[in-house]
Formats: sequence, structure tokens, C-alpha cells
Amino acid sequence: MLKKILNKKNYRTIILHLVLISLSLITLMPILFALSISFQPRAQVFSYPPSFLPDQLYFGNFIKAWQVIKLGRIFINSIIASVIVMLGKLILGVLSGYAFSHFKFKYKKLLFFMVLFTLMLPMQVRVVPLFELMSRLGLANSYSGLVLPFLASATTTFLMRQHFLTIPSALMESAQIDGCGPIRFLLQILLPLSGANLAGLAVVNFLVMWNAYLWPLVIINSDEMKLAQQGVKMLFASAAERDWGLIMAGTILIVIPTLIVFLLAQKFFIKGIATQGLKE
Amino acid sequence: MEEQNYRSKKVIPYLLLTPTMLILILFLYWPSLQSIYLSFYQQAPFGRKKIFIGLNNYFSLFQNSNYLISIFRSTIFTLITIVLGLFLALILAILLNQDLKGIKFYRVIFFIPYAISATVAGSLWVFILNPVAGQVNYLLDLLFNLQIAWLTNSFFAFLAVIMATIWKNIGFNIIFFLAGLQSIPESIYESARIDGANSLTIFRHITVPLLSPTTFYLVIMNIIFSVFESFGIIDIMTQGGPANSTNILIYKLYREMFINFRPGSAAAQTVVLLILVIIVTILHFKYGNNKVHYQ
Repeated sequence: MLKKILNKKNYRTIILHLVLISLSLITLMPILFALSISFQPRAQVFSYPPSFLPDQLYFGNFIKAWQVIKLGRIFINSIIASVIVMLGKLILGVLSGYAFSHFKFKYKKLLFFMVLFTLMLPMQVRVVPLFELMSRLGLANSYSGLVLPFLASATTTFLMRQHFLTIPSALMESAQIDGCGPIRFLLQILLPLSGANLAGLAVVNFLVMWNAYLWPLVIINSDEMKLAQQGVKMLFASAAERDWGLIMAGTILIVIPTLIVFLLAQKFFIKGIATQGLKE
Repeated sequence: MEEQNYRSKKVIPYLLLTPTMLILILFLYWPSLQSIYLSFYQQAPFGRKKIFIGLNNYFSLFQNSNYLISIFRSTIFTLITIVLGLFLALILAILLNQDLKGIKFYRVIFFIPYAISATVAGSLWVFILNPVAGQVNYLLDLLFNLQIAWLTNSFFAFLAVIMATIWKNIGFNIIFFLAGLQSIPESIYESARIDGANSLTIFRHITVPLLSPTTFYLVIMNIIFSVFESFGIIDIMTQGGPANSTNILIYKLYREMFINFRPGSAAAQTVVLLILVIIVTILHFKYGNNKVHYQ
């Protein structure tokens, strides 16, 4: 009897694993096929039938892709932009979240509503006038123009406020009696208690900027200033006849930082997504 | 001394908020209001000369059959993406909710496409669907003797963009369905089983209704995804073509401004999208928090 139950359970486990493995392979199929072709030399890429595995590991496509769209430059640009946006959002988010969590002031509700309301204003409904505004300010095709609209965000403010609210106000009052001012309280008591939240928001905000496309596409024109996602489009434009080995090698190089950041911090990332309502 | 302290404390929250509010007002509120304002004007591209024309931008927009078709196309695109995407995500979430060794590993795999950008997703899908080196066409030919011109045929290009969008967002949907499934107490299932309900009945009459708040939230989010976030996928895969078959509202708006250089019409199209986001957000806040379990 016991043996029978065990067997039935094993049977179910094996079937489940098989189903999940095949579904995983289907889900990863675009990435796996792209990986395979990126290691194939030109002759193999254009042979019919297409090969599912490269004959040998050929790295020429990666080298060519790196050179053709100057990927080194693009990566540096994207890292700079993403780090600035990440830091900006964290700093402004901490400051504004702190204001909403630990202070009483006039128009607090109205201001908080104003922050949250910006969730309804995604980049896509602002892109046209924002571009005109930046042009008039002389910031078109500049990194200031690129990062400025991303520096503050409702989600970071909101999540920092939620976190700070879990730290009781009584702590602030007793700190104040001990002569600790509000800024010192923030720097020495609140922030050290916020490491995990800051790390999670840092990861999500970095990836949001690394993956951003529409605004960089509109505001940045010169090739030497372009960002990672524009690189994908440059890959397609670079080859008159589509050299899939090169295009996929470039695409994979562009997605590697995303995957590394995601896999290192997937816990934070998933938590960040799950607590974050709308994306910007 | 004490009074001074009190007064300085009153200023502090405003100082803390100033940078955030400045950015939000300058780069979020002002451009959005500007969109509404510009939609009442006719304007030469990037010129300073504007002529007030009232609602004419809107009239010509809604008399333009291309725009009406684009609205229809976007609606179909959104509907298919949501129905199919959520259905697949729910099935996967149920599989990923099983008590199994290594289940966390599988969960991470299904979440990977969501971490990937829309442009990379588009690039990967253009590649696997291409007729020369793409393995998908080869397999379809081998197995079913089918030769599909994925990106050069209007119908299939539309389908291809839908597939890429569903693929990209499935991880997001799975995460929320998983959270929803895990919040259903085991005792409800047990008592149903004692009452003699089979798996299918349990799924239909317990799981699905109890998941309805999650489903509602996901429908809202997926409307946003398919209306706005699909821009990158379309720009890489089809650029709105062939024959406008994938020219959905957000892509049309981008082309109107940055390729056709018609800011007035682009502003009117922006306002149409703005109204859509506002309706969706109001729906979300109004009904999102209520439990919609037992409709």
C-alpha cells in the first residue's frame, strides 16, 4: 500500500518535471536559438536547413558586433545614464518619502496626491511636448535632457514612504529630545534601517533606465551618445542584408547586463515589481 | 530657542519635497498640460507660430479612417494579448504553484522575459521568425509543411507582434497569479474535496472566482502594457507595417510627430491616450481594491 502511494507520487513528480522542463525550453527558445546562431560563422548562418547547434564556437560575430556599433561606448553611456537615474530617484525618493512619512505640514495630502497622480502620466503621453520643451531649453541631444525627466518618481517616493512609516514616529521624538535633528535622524537612524529597500529600488531603477527606449530614441541623435536599447536598432540598420549572426550576437551582448543584474537580484526585482503598481 | 526649532521644522518638509516636486511639475505635469493646450492649435513643426483652431485637430482625427482603423486594431491587439496572455499565465502559475523540488528555479526561468527590454524581445522574435535563418519556420515546414511569411504578411505580422508581447509580459502575469493562488487558504480546497468536488469543479468554482481581484488588476496592467509598452517591440519588428497592419495607437503617435512632423495632430492623439490612461486608472482605484470574488 505504502509502496503504491510512493510510486504514484514519484510518477506525478516526474511528469511535472517533464512538463515544466519542456515549457521552460519553449519559453527560453528565442534566447537559445539566438545564442546558437550567434556562435555560427556566416556560412553556417545562411545554410539551409538552419542548424540548431553551432559546429564550433565561433566568436567572430561578437567581435564584429562590438566594433560595428561601438558597443563599448554604448555600454559606458548606458551605465552612466542608468546610475545617474538610479541615484537621482533614490535620493529624491528618500527625501520626499521622509517628508511624507515623518512630518505634518499644510497641503500634505494634496502634495501626496500630486505625486501619485503622475502614475497616470507615462512617458508616452508626454513625449511630444517634452521633446519640444527640451529643444527650447537647448537640452536636445544632451544627457541632461535625457535623465532629467526620470529623476523623480512616484513609485520610489511611495515605497520609501511606506517603508519609513514602519519606523515609529516615537523614535524620532525621543531622538529629538536627545538633540538629534531631523536630518541627522534621517542619515543616522532611518537610512541604516533601509538597506534592503534601497538595494531593491536601486536594482529596479537601474534596469528601468537600462531598458528604456522611447525617450532615448527621441532625445539622443548622435551615434556616440546612444544607449543600449538604441544599439539594438543600430544593429538592424548596420547590415544591409540581415547578418543574423552579427545581429543576434549584438542583441545578446546588450541583454547580458540585464540578465546579470536580474539573476543577481531576482528576489529584490520580483519584490520590487510586485509592490510597484504602474511602471514608468 | 524652542520657537525657532519649531519654525525650522515647519520648513523642512517643504525643502525635502522641493526637488521631487520641481521635476514632477516641470517634466511630468507641464508637458501633459501642454499636450492638451497644443491639441487646440495648428503649428508648423518646431515653429513658434501657432494658430488656434479649436477642436479641429480632433475632428480631423476622428474623420480620418486610418486613425479609426488604428483604434480598432489596437483594441483587437489588446484584447487578444490579454485573453491569451492571462490564460497562458494562469495555467503556468498553477503548474508553478505545485509542491516540487526545484520549483523556484522554474519560476525564475519564466520570469526572465519580463526583465528583458522590449527592443531585445522584438529583436529575438524577428530573428526566430525570419524565413532565412530562423528555426521556427524550418520546424513548421518540417512538421506541418507550412511556409509562413511572418513579418511580410499583414495578418501574420500582427500575430507575431502579439506573440512577442505575450512572451515578454508572461512573467509579470505569472508572479501575480502565483501570489493570488498562494493567498487562497488550503482549507477551502479541503472542504470542497470532502464535499466531493473534482479538480475541474474546484478550479472553476473556487480558484477562478477567488482569483478575480488579481485578474482584474492584471487586465488593467496589461492594457497599459499593450497600449504603451509595446512601442519597442513594434519599432524593432515591423515599424508599424506591413501596410499599417501593426500600426497601433502609440506607434502612430510617434510617427505623426517624429516622422510626419505634425505636432497638432500628435498632441490630439496624445490627449486621446491620456484620457484612456485616466479612465483605466480610475477603474483601477475604484474597483481594484474591492474584492470582486463572487460577482
